[in-house]
Parts: sequence; structure tokens; C-alpha cells
Amino acid sequence: MSTRQFGARVERNIDPKLLRGEGAFVDDIPLPDALHVAFLRSPHARARIVSIDASAAKRHPGVAAIYTSDDIGTLDVEMPLLIPHPSMKNPKTQRPLARGDVHYVGQTVAMVVAVDRYTAEDAAALIEVEYEPLPLEMDLAKALTDDAPLVHADVPNNLAAHFIQTSGNPDDAFARAEHVTKITVQVDRSTAAPMECRAVAARWDAVSGELTVWDGTQAPISVRGGLASVFELDEDKVRVIAPDVGGGFGQKVLLFYPDELLVPMAAMRLGRPVKYIEDRRENFLGSSQERTQIHTIELAALRTGEVIGLRDFFLHDTGAFIPYGIAVAQVASTSIAGPYRIPNIFVEFKAVYTPTVQVTPYRGCGRPQACFALERAMDQLAEELGLDRFEIRRRNLIAEKEFPYEREGLLFADGLKVTLDSGQYGKALAMAAAELGAESFAAEQAKARAEGRYLGLGLACYVEGTGLGPYEGGHVKIHPITGKVYVNTGLSTQGQGHDTVFAQIVADQLGVSPQDVIVVEGDTKAFDWGVATFASRAAVVSGNAIHKTALTVRKKVIEAAANMLDVDPDQIELRDSAAWVKGSNRFAPLAAIATASNPLRYAFNKAAQAATQFARASKHDGPPLADGQAPGLEATDYYSPSQSTWAYGVHGAIIEVDPGLCTVKIRKYVCIHDCGNMINPMIVEGQVLGGIAQGIGGALYEHLDYQADGNLANASLMDFLVPYATEIPNVSILHLETPTPLNPLGVKGVGEAGCIAVGAVVASGVEDALRPFGALKFHQVPLSPNMISYALETAGY
Amino acid sequence: MKPSLFGYQAPASIEEAISILAGDPDAVVLAGGQTLLPAMNFRAANPSTLVDIQHVADLRGIEVGTEIIIVKAMTRHREFELDAAVARVNPLVAEVMQHVAHVPIRNRGTVVGSLCHADPSAEMPMLLVLLGGSVIAQGPSGRREIAAEDFFQSFLTTARERDEIITEARFPVLPKGAGWAFDEVTRRHGDYAIAGVGCVLSLDDRGRASRVQLAACGIADTPVRLKEAENILTGTTLGASDLDAAVAASGAAVTQPDEIHVSHTYRRRALGTLIRRIVTMAAQRATQMETA
Amino acid sequence: MARTMKAAIPDRSADAEVDVSMTVNGEAVSRSVSVRMLLSDFLRHELRLTGTHVGCEHGVCGCCTVLLNGRAGRSCLTLAVQANGYDIRTIESVASADGTLHPVQQAFKECHGLQCGYCTPGMVMNIVARFEEPGKLDLTDEGIRDLLSGNLCRCTGYLNIIAAVRRAAELLGRA
Repeated sequence: MSTRQFGARVERNIDPKLLRGEGAFVDDIPLPDALHVAFLRSPHARARIVSIDASAAKRHPGVAAIYTSDDIGTLDVEMPLLIPHPSMKNPKTQRPLARGDVHYVGQTVAMVVAVDRYTAEDAAALIEVEYEPLPLEMDLAKALTDDAPLVHADVPNNLAAHFIQTSGNPDDAFARAEHVTKITVQVDRSTAAPMECRAVAARWDAVSGELTVWDGTQAPISVRGGLASVFELDEDKVRVIAPDVGGGFGQKVLLFYPDELLVPMAAMRLGRPVKYIEDRRENFLGSSQERTQIHTIELAALRTGEVIGLRDFFLHDTGAFIPYGIAVAQVASTSIAGPYRIPNIFVEFKAVYTPTVQVTPYRGCGRPQACFALERAMDQLAEELGLDRFEIRRRNLIAEKEFPYEREGLLFADGLKVTLDSGQYGKALAMAAAELGAESFAAEQAKARAEGRYLGLGLACYVEGTGLGPYEGGHVKIHPITGKVYVNTGLSTQGQGHDTVFAQIVADQLGVSPQDVIVVEGDTKAFDWGVATFASRAAVVSGNAIHKTALTVRKKVIEAAANMLDVDPDQIELRDSAAWVKGSNRFAPLAAIATASNPLRYAFNKAAQAATQFARASKHDGPPLADGQAPGLEATDYYSPSQSTWAYGVHGAIIEVDPGLCTVKIRKYVCIHDCGNMINPMIVEGQVLGGIAQGIGGALYEHLDYQADGNLANASLMDFLVPYATEIPNVSILHLETPTPLNPLGVKGVGEAGCIAVGAVVASGVEDALRPFGALKFHQVPLSPNMISYALETAGY
Repeated sequence: MKPSLFGYQAPASIEEAISILAGDPDAVVLAGGQTLLPAMNFRAANPSTLVDIQHVADLRGIEVGTEIIIVKAMTRHREFELDAAVARVNPLVAEVMQHVAHVPIRNRGTVVGSLCHADPSAEMPMLLVLLGGSVIAQGPSGRREIAAEDFFQSFLTTARERDEIITEARFPVLPKGAGWAFDEVTRRHGDYAIAGVGCVLSLDDRGRASRVQLAACGIADTPVRLKEAENILTGTTLGASDLDAAVAASGAAVTQPDEIHVSHTYRRRALGTLIRRIVTMAAQRATQMETA
Repeated sequence: MARTMKAAIPDRSADAEVDVSMTVNGEAVSRSVSVRMLLSDFLRHELRLTGTHVGCEHGVCGCCTVLLNGRAGRSCLTLAVQANGYDIRTIESVASADGTLHPVQQAFKECHGLQCGYCTPGMVMNIVARFEEPGKLDLTDEGIRDLLSGNLCRCTGYLNIIAAVRRAAELLGRA
């Protein structure tokens, strides 16, 4: 293989299996005799449990067990606070099953284990719970007031966290400002809605003392550590497998959901495999959500449009619990200045408990909210200063020569100072303008208006801190029999194509085809050092770890091959799954080299004969394995980033609004993005397109409708409007590739990029389209037809 | 999301089906199941017995007559949509059908099932009301014909007695030369309508509307025939001021209260826009006929 | 951990069972199952054809789409007993016996029309059904969007699936 794989549009290794229906998702794993779980969930957002009577349910035919908080022994404790932070005074996490109070609709109160899910649901309906409903407050601002009903009796004002960060001297900047603009914007609650809901299955082998758990999680190694700790088992006796997982988008990185502990517990107690397959309704009620933030942002500017200071105060809805710490709010607060210089920043947030399911990261993780606040403010500033929206951005974007650009005083989600590492921000903006036809748009807009059609141009820039630490590892091994390369890392995949991009990285170093690189991840028995898949970090952190490891294996291959072929190492080149003596037709296949690198006593096949003790290839002085030498062609190495890499992009759209029906049609969508060097542009584009579609969902459709009583009115895909193909416009993606200087591959993350700017783009475009009706403002997403109707009505139309 | 337990019967004749319904007050007819099964999976519907009528021979097919199209109870949406004979005598059917959910749902869901469900935001009930069609109900005491406007009584409620089976729906063909149009506003393509308007009209040789039928879905607790607007438009050339008057007269038909994402005002705005556009489109499609 | 006697735990529900027979992927199958068993569960758990996925159980997502007597439909909105006597085809029947991908599957691979692969079997079944219908296919952007509407995908943003439908039409000589 002399063609470079890094950077090529390599089709995915995993696809044929998935396309034939041979994927193995949790519910596809054959577990004979498995029992099935259903949960009884709270119908109240706030209530005290007076009594629980499960006697009728226990008698129901087909029921194996029913558990309440009284029945789960040592598991009846608050689950872990994953990311502690000093800004949280009294962080609350959930118990697997409610004890005393319930804090949101959908909270697990009892667990039924039965012969099938149908029967389990029957029995759950037979459990009688008496609740004493308690007062509650759903509104974030009101929840902070002194007389507001409390989500947790011992947390005054429902204040979960309060945090202030300052960069530069914002007070001075605002004192010097020639113009200050201020707006309040809101992004509403949404959910990841992966096509596969969460799922957990467990099998306890009492003979070997081994617990095997199949969990559609983004963090199998962390789940394994937690289970070993909770059940007091040796880590080696707990195997967690994240098999094929049907999308995650952050929702599946939280641990623990109650089922992740209770299903293994039931399997151990009952001696039968136990399965919990979350249904769609439960996914809406019981799995993490995100997004609600209300920002009041001020920009201090000079008349030239140069923004010299920013103040942002925001409320962040964290739900009833805060197991993931302040991550979402912290990412929002540190992304608040986007790609602009803005040297003086004051950003403060209050995280507020509300009686709703917990908030943990969903693709974007606070970035869409920060982008929406900043970009809407930039648009308003441009309007007030009489500047073009492109021009005001052009004047504030960080220039190439200014990198690395530090924001002293702002600590990102990895605890490290925000330092934008590289980029061509100005060029990206210019490309977006060109691709949108911004120059000629005003004429096009005027012509359309004359025909009674309302076109608008929307625009937004974003940055994305990606590739957080602490670290990931890579293990690379050339198999002696097949010559195929096995690669492991500690992540799990939910469709991102890890198996292919990691194969491409390795293929280049070992001269093999990516199809001959077999990536196994998501199984603690295959590799059990690492963290998880989140924060657009797989390519950056695992990618570089695997790259480093592949370099070591490459060196071993070359040295062994040089020995076998009796030439100097620099005479060896690797291609076509073999080591070749340069300029000759002499070669040794990788399989043979791997075999010869493993001193054998027994010849199990013809190739192996060469590695046995009386064969010529193994002849040398000293013991078969020299001191310090390991058998085979194999290595393990790790990569720990010094800081996050910062990807960025510019999105724009031409949007048509129909004032009669108040509908929005995206006529053209343009995305200029830069995630550094692209390992596989096809996969990068797939990630970006998928992100944009989710962004469109968040901009126009997807809204969780919580009622004043805390009930979720639209806990179904019928009413929570995930877009179909008919709602997603064509998108043109243009790439920039500015390598990051921070890692050997020069890559940045891309997983979340697509969704960040869309809300701001759409709101900006709708405002522009409706300008003939007056200065209508759209400061909230999702932006519904109803909002447009209301704005028109308010303006007298 | 699994259904609770129920009994299941698959009768071979209408009479047998009716007697099961008559004998069990909580028995429910199962046709395509595309609305019933979701409700059962959510355990929002918990019938004692499902009476699966797919094996009843007399309940299949479409009969296209000179005046009326008869759609039998087990006829799937997709059959109605793709029937060439239907398209010749009533092209509005296929146009409306594009908006009914999605093809895989239309492959299974039945036209009559949709009528019996009587969702006021759904397209089929509106179509039957617009065309002035009817249904045939058969029960222990025999058969009766129920006019569309009498059939849809309120939200999810029809004039069908619970021991009756709607054996067929009768959709009139379009008058010769009539213009027709339907459109709706939804959040996503295929969703239930926030507001939808259908129109059938005929023009005389001077371009005046000699007959106007106009109906809407999504705006009240039943599909609504917009009779005031029909009267206003009849005899006019359907100009801008005529349309303004028709829209003004239709506002009161919007009786749906404010919902989270759809205010009363927005519905009225959308209805007005749709009336203007749909009437105009229907007029463009109409052939001017010699006055008699 | 204490281990209760396995014998104390029931094996089957108390639901009344009915005999169900149908043809699945060309093979006649008969089972005795609960009257309330959804066809999706019947295919997945009785027949172990786990390629048919379940994403919502209320007919919106389309993951469970199979062919019922040649027409695409939701297996989660069909009872197994309703499908008595039906001819059912699932994703497992689409590729050749030797694993060679069907042109629709091949097109998905070439166009990167899948990521997590959970919605994919339902998408493929819906598309295959439409390709098998007689008549001309509307291969405009809007026509393909309409064809795909009814199947949710949360990963791809659909555009590569639209490209895959067009590519499949080429491969099948329907372009």
C-alpha cells in the first residue's frame, strides 16, 4: 500500500455488517433464560412517598422479583458525583430507586423483573404508591427566589452552583466603551433522542464469579470500575461490553443511570441473565437532557465595531440532580467569546435545580447556547452601529498571527486555561460570504420582496474546544497467523466510524490496507485503560495514542524484517502487508515477521515452523527472547493532550420565511469548518452533516414541553419533533485544514461541531427575512411558527 | 411500551364481527392499527378484545361509480392513493393523501379507520366533509348511512354506535370541470395539520364561481365545512376582496384554544392564508364551463 | 451474593397463546405466542432475526420497518397474530446468501449513508420496497426526501442517504 490512507475517503469497515442487519446491539445479544425489567416511575415532579405496596405485583404470574429502595441493600445510596467542582455547595445526585421524595416525573421508584417485558409492565402497574404531592417551581428565575418551593429541602434557593470567571479587565472595558449593546436570549430544553434508547443486560456466572454487563454506554471502562467498586468484585471479574450502540450524542456518557446498577444486581441475586431495554417514553422521561439557558449578554464596543469587553450572566437549568457537575455551564461560559478577540470578559452563571430529569451533556454541551448568545449580540451590535454583519465579525476575529490566543482566567472543562491554538478565522468568514453569494444577496433579496417572497441571510461563527484529556491509550498487534493488525483503545463507538479512522492511521504506518486493520473497542476485556467517548475527543486523543503506538510497532517490524532479510533497517519499506527490501523484489510478509518475532516450541502451521527452536530464522545468540524484548509485533502507548484543541467554523444560510403560514424554509445552508487535518473527509462530513441536522432540530423543531406541574407533555417522537429528511435542506460544506500544533497528527475534534451555530444562523436569517415588517427580534430557539406569528402580530401584521 | 393483555378475534363475516362487538362493551375493531396500536403500546388504549376485520371478505376494495367512490373498511390509504380510477374521477384524493403520514403508515392504515378515529387535525375526515360524503354503519339492527357532517361529532368522537362497524365510506367524485386543491401547514411533513384547507369549485363561462366547497381541518374539534365563506365566494370571480371577505367570515370557525406551540391567533392567520391560496389554486385548475 | 434457586423463578408469562404461521424471508415458520406479541418482538426474539430494530414502538421512527406482503410497514404497529398467513421480509433477506450487498446496501456504503446503523435496516427495507414497486421513481431531491420521510435518522443528517438512493437507482438501472 503506497497510497496514503490518512486523508482518504475510505469506506467504513463496519458498514457491511450493519447493512446486513448483523449488528449486535444490546438487545440483540442472545441471552437464554433472560429476565426482563420494567420500572415504576414517579408520576409527580415533586412528592413525598407515603407508602409503597408491591404485594399484588409480586403475586402477578411471571414476576421474578420486585425491588424498592428498601430491597437493594448497599445500592441504596446516592450515586456518584462524577465531576466535583468547588462552585457546587451541596451537589445532589440520585439514588437508584427513590427513597422519601421524588424529584421529577419519570424518576425510578421500583423495579420489576419478570419473564418478559409485557409481564413486567403489567406488574409495574400493580404496584400501589401513595404520594403526597409537594409544591414546585419550573421557572428558572422564580426558582431562585427566597420563597420558591425547593427541589431539595436542604438546598436554599434551588441554587446548585454559582460560578464567576473573569478574563482581563471587563469593568475598565465597559468604562471605555463607546457603545454597549445588551440582549437576553434563551435556548430551550432538548434531548439527544438517539435512535437506540439506552440498554443494559447482565449475566452473573456464579461458578467463575464473573459478571458480564452489556451496556450501550459511551464509557464502558468507567462503568466497569464503578461496578467493581459497588459490588466489591475484582476488576478482572467484571467485564463491561459496549457492543454496537445506536447513537449516543452525550446522553450515554452519564454513569450511572439506575438501571446500570440495578440490572447487574438483579442478575447476581436471581442467577439469571437480566435485561433492561429502555423504551422511547422512558428515554424522554428518564435519560439526560440539556440546553435550557437564559443569557443576558452585553458587549462593550468602540464605534469601529471592535468589541473590547463582554459581560454575560446566565441561568443554567441542571434538572433535579447534578451528577455531571457543572460541565455544561462551564463549557458555555468558556466558549462565550467565540472566535473573537474580546480581551475583557466577565461571565457568571447560576445553575438551578428544577424538578426535571438531570441535565448532562448533549452534543454541543453548552456551546450552542454560548454561540446563540454571542452571535445574536453581534448581530444586534452590527445593526446598532450600522455595520454589515460580516464586517463586524471580520473586525473582531482573531488573526492567524495571534495564535496561540489565551484567555487568561477562563478555565475550560479540562481545568486548563482556554487557549485557542490555531485557525484561519478570517479566511473561513470570507469563504462563507463567497459561498452564500453575500455580495449579490441584497439584490436577490430585494427582487424576491418585490415578488412577495421574504428571504434573509443568516450568519454565525463558532469555536469548539475539543479533544479533552485526561488521556487515552492504544494497543496495536500484528497477528502472527493472518498478518492482520489488531488495534484496541478504551473508547466505545456510537457510529462515528472509529474502526475506520483508527485503521487508516495504523495502515499508513504498517503498510497494510485499512480493511486489514481490525479495531476492537468498547470491551474491557480487550483494553481497559482509558476514559470515554465525549467532547469530540476520539480522533484527537485515541487517534494520537494509536498513532504513537503504531510508530513503535512499525519500528519493531522494520528491525525484525531487516534481521530476517539481512539488510539495514533503512533499506526496509512497508507496503502491501509486507516488508520489502527497497528497490528489490525481496520481501517478508507481516504474518511471517510476526510469527518469527514470537519464539515457538510448537509449529502449528507451516509459517510457524520458521519460528521454532531448530529453525534457521530463530538462530541467534542468547535466549530466544533477549532481555527486555517482548514476543511478537505489539505495543501499547498513551496520549495525554497538553490542552484542548480548538476547532471552529462559520455557518450561513439563505432562509425564506412565509409570513402567511409563518413557516421557515432553509433555501441554502453553507458550512465552512476546520478541524485541523482530516483523517477521513467522508467521515468528517458525515459528522458535520449529522450535527447540522441536530442543530436544525434545535433551531426549529425540538422542544421538550414541560408543563407547570412538571409533566413532560410531549414524551414521544410523535410530539417531540425530530426532523425527517423532508425537514433537512441541502448543505454545502467547505473544508479548511489548519493543523493544530498540539498533537502529532495535527487533528482536532469534529463530533459536535455541526450543531453549534445553527440556532444563531436561523434566528439571524429569519430576522433578516422579516425586516420589511419592522425590527422583529428572535432571541429564543427553537424558533416556532407560533413565535413568528406572535412577532408579526406585535408589529401590527 | 408493550400493550396490556387483550383477547383477539378474527371473524370471517361482518355479522360475526358485530356480534362480538355487541357482546363486549370494551371490544375494539382493529383494521390497519396505525393509530390503535401506538395507543395500546402507550397503554393509553386497553381494549378487552380486538376484533381484527382483515379477514372479512366483504370489507375489501374500492368501487368507483359515476357519482360515488365506495371505499371499503379494510382499504388501505395507499390503495386509495394509487388507484388509477379514483384519480380519474377525483384527483383531489391523491393530492390530500400526500399529506397523510408517510408511505409505510399509509400502506397499513385504512381510510375508514382514519375516519372512525375522527382526529380533527387529520386529512381524511376533512376530505369526506369537504366532498359531502357519507359512511355506512352496520350494526345488530341493520345498515344506515350517516352523512359526513353528522358523523364527526367532536374530538375523536363519531356517530358510530359501539356495536356498529363502518363498512364503507362514500366519497363523491368531483363535478366535471371542477377545480380542486388542498394544502396544510404542519411542523414536519406528514404530521397532523395545524390547519389544512381543501376546496372544490366550479366556474361558469364568465369565470364566476358557480359552486364552492371549502373545508378545513385542525381548527376545531371536528373537520369544518366553511359554509359562510362558500356562500360569500359563490357567484364571485374570486378576486382579492372576495377572498378577504371569505377569510374574515371564516375566523370564527377556529375554535381550537391556544396550545403550547399554536396560538389561536396563529391558527387563524394560517387558515386565512390557506383559504386564499387554496381557493386561488382551485380556480386556476377549474375549467370554465358553459352556463346552462 | 446470595443465589436463589433458579426453579423458583417462572419461565413463561401467563398470557394465553395462539398459533401463528407465516412466511419469513421465504421460510414457513410457526410458533405459539402470546396474542399481544408485537411482530417486531416476534421477529427479533422468537425468530432471532435481530436486524429489525425497535426505536419507538409508536410508528414514528421507522427502525422496525419490514415488508408485509411486499409493502413496507411498521412491525411495531402490527401484532404477530395479525400477520398470520403473511409473507414477511426482513433486512436479513436483502443481501445475497454469500453476503454480497444488495445495490441499495452497496449504495449506502459508498455514500456513507449510515453511522450508528440502528435506523439503517428500516431505511433499507423502505427503500427496497419502493424500488420494487412498478413505475417511475421520483429521483429529484424532493422526491427522495418524500420517499425517506417516515424513517428517522439521528446520525447522518439524511443527505448521504439521499445520495445513496440516487446511487442505488444507478446501480439498479432505475436512474
